[in-house]
Amino acid sequence: MKQLLLGDEAIAQGAIDAGISGIYAYPGTPSTEIMEYIQKSKQATDGKVHCRWSTNEKTAVEEALGMSYAGKRSIVCMKHVGLNVAADPFMNAAMTGVNGGMIVVSADDPSMHSSQNEQDSRFYGKFAMIPVLEPSNQQEAYDMVHYGFDLSERLQTPVLFRITTRLAHSRTGIDLKTPRAQNLLKMPQDTRQFILLPANARVRYKRLIGLQNDFAKETETNDNVSYTDGADKSLGIIACGLAYNYLMENYNNAPCPYPVVKICQYPFSTKHINHLINTCKEILVLEEGFPFVEEQLKGITETKLIIKGRLSGDVPRDGELNPTIIAQSLGMETKSSFKVPSVVMMRPPQLCKGCSHIDTYNAIVEATASMNLHRVFSDIGCYTLGALPPYNAIHTCVDMGASITMAKGAADAGVWPSIAVIGDSTFTHSGMTGLLDAVLENTDITVIISDNETTGMTGGQDSAATDRLQQICLGLGVDPAHVKTIIPLKKNHAENVQVIRDEINYKGVSVVISQRECIQTSARKHRKS
Amino acid sequence: MKQDIILSGVGGQGIVSIASVIGLAALEENLHIKQSEVHGMSQRGGAVMSHLRVSSRPIASDLIPAGGADMILSVEPMESLRYLPYLSDKGWVITNSKPFVNIDNYPEMESVMNELTRLPHSLMADAEQLAEEAGSVRTSNMVILGVASPLLTLSAEALEKGIQKLFSSKSQDIIDMNIKAFRIGRNFTKGKGF
Repeated sequence: MKQLLLGDEAIAQGAIDAGISGIYAYPGTPSTEIMEYIQKSKQATDGKVHCRWSTNEKTAVEEALGMSYAGKRSIVCMKHVGLNVAADPFMNAAMTGVNGGMIVVSADDPSMHSSQNEQDSRFYGKFAMIPVLEPSNQQEAYDMVHYGFDLSERLQTPVLFRITTRLAHSRTGIDLKTPRAQNLLKMPQDTRQFILLPANARVRYKRLIGLQNDFAKETETNDNVSYTDGADKSLGIIACGLAYNYLMENYNNAPCPYPVVKICQYPFSTKHINHLINTCKEILVLEEGFPFVEEQLKGITETKLIIKGRLSGDVPRDGELNPTIIAQSLGMETKSSFKVPSVVMMRPPQLCKGCSHIDTYNAIVEATASMNLHRVFSDIGCYTLGALPPYNAIHTCVDMGASITMAKGAADAGVWPSIAVIGDSTFTHSGMTGLLDAVLENTDITVIISDNETTGMTGGQDSAATDRLQQICLGLGVDPAHVKTIIPLKKNHAENVQVIRDEINYKGVSVVISQRECIQTSARKHRKS
Repeated sequence: MKQDIILSGVGGQGIVSIASVIGLAALEENLHIKQSEVHGMSQRGGAVMSHLRVSSRPIASDLIPAGGADMILSVEPMESLRYLPYLSDKGWVITNSKPFVNIDNYPEMESVMNELTRLPHSLMADAEQLAEEAGSVRTSNMVILGVASPLLTLSAEALEKGIQKLFSSKSQDIIDMNIKAFRIGRNFTKGKGF
């Protein structure tokens, strides 16, 4: 019988069945469930598959590369913006190539359901010059993990696996394959492969350039890019990944009347695309994310070919696709019998009742009430909701770790008081190095680490910071007299306000660790016991 | 056979468990299923929805097209109205009548009820009250699934098997209580002549 699995879980099970020896990841919606599934899997436990969270995406990719170096298969998973953090090892893993198979999963979030941008990871694949797989459904995702590992080992290259929210978080029945055994320990044959000294790197780069043809040929010889003919040649359609399903939804299990090239692997096959261009009057490009294929088709010079897509405005420039949007881009009629009644009010996400961040913000707001020009630089986590009423407590949220460093830059420019609010897991992910910058100059900032002892927003994964924050701050050189711990509870409010006010008034780096466990994590532990 | 359902509610109310039961039941009956969920930031106290598609033929899209849903199944009354553009002209809205008020500007209940009763096909039930009869308000999800069940093409047997599977790691008491809640909900609707 089929297994009912989320797209993320299908990838996880695919990786286990393809014989991985380790998964490395940092939590990030919509990628988190890949690691969580493997952590709960008996099959993975029995196979001693490594499955602990990494401190951030960069360490995760490097650890996965280390496992690949040793000849074993590894998968590394992150959300799209995590790949920015991991860009250095990612780009250079393309240069070293791999020994054991290695897949990098990057989960994009078009429409920004839970993200600060909707960047398209396919560009990273092209940038690093490596193959990219983009499954159109969950079964393909499962199957493509197997294929991806084989491809990775055959051509000695890391493979980027691009998914989007709807694929990651949609559940369907999956047929599983017979599991493959894990690789044995085996060091790389070429001892210089992983030493990117310039002289070696030049050799590796020529090899990577030489592989580009193989990557293109690979796409021509499998079914991941396919052509389906249609009688009506007035339009040719290129549908990438998930967009293919939205297209076909409009034909209700009947074939599409237009010729269609379905793209699930990059670099895509020019053979099929050329055929489409030569036989059809116009081309419509349907792709989730940025106009990646559309831009490549257009090139930079004028062409007589009419190409419709996100650039031309025939498909909306931003946001995720759906069957209705695609119907409209095809000129089909869409209907909605009912409208949203005016009584329906917005219901934005909010901090949970009893959340420790609430008490932390209440204390910060009161401590800074009389300070006209105070600025609070915040970060990525549940506590970003402090931007909303009734708190209106923060002024920025940009990327993981940017609270401390932006507070430092603003303090350098003369802002006072300059306050950073960062979560515990975000702090160990990317906040520690920024704090060291501030320590080196004894910059006048106050860093409030809102420590709920978990990675909360993604559902309560272990935090690398738990029980280590004070030690880390002292180790980085913060004056011990100015590393304070408070317990954010109503009954401690007056005292907490005073601590924060005192540390703001101290001229130099101070850290206030505001520590109380996430109520969701705590409730879950309670239920278990 | 094809049934497209929008599930709606507020993050934390547990619409995912309803979706899982329907999904497990559909697999039990060898049907195709696609169930798109919301995870992450939008979970917390905010509006949440899930697309659930069951069909005897392969399903292309994870998302239901506008105007295509056969049912909106909601655990919160105002949330049942938020996704009306997805509902087909013949579609049903089935909702818990008990509001979840966590915003200051929650509308008057009377105006919400007016909107619901104006619809051609709607059905409301106080799931919390019925869940108390089953033994715990925590079973109100299974009550509302029961309320909808006479209008689902999946059999009650398959749905009950789904409930058993979903709660398989829990005690027999919890399984029984959820099955009871499902049956109370189902009888509520049966009692109205469905």
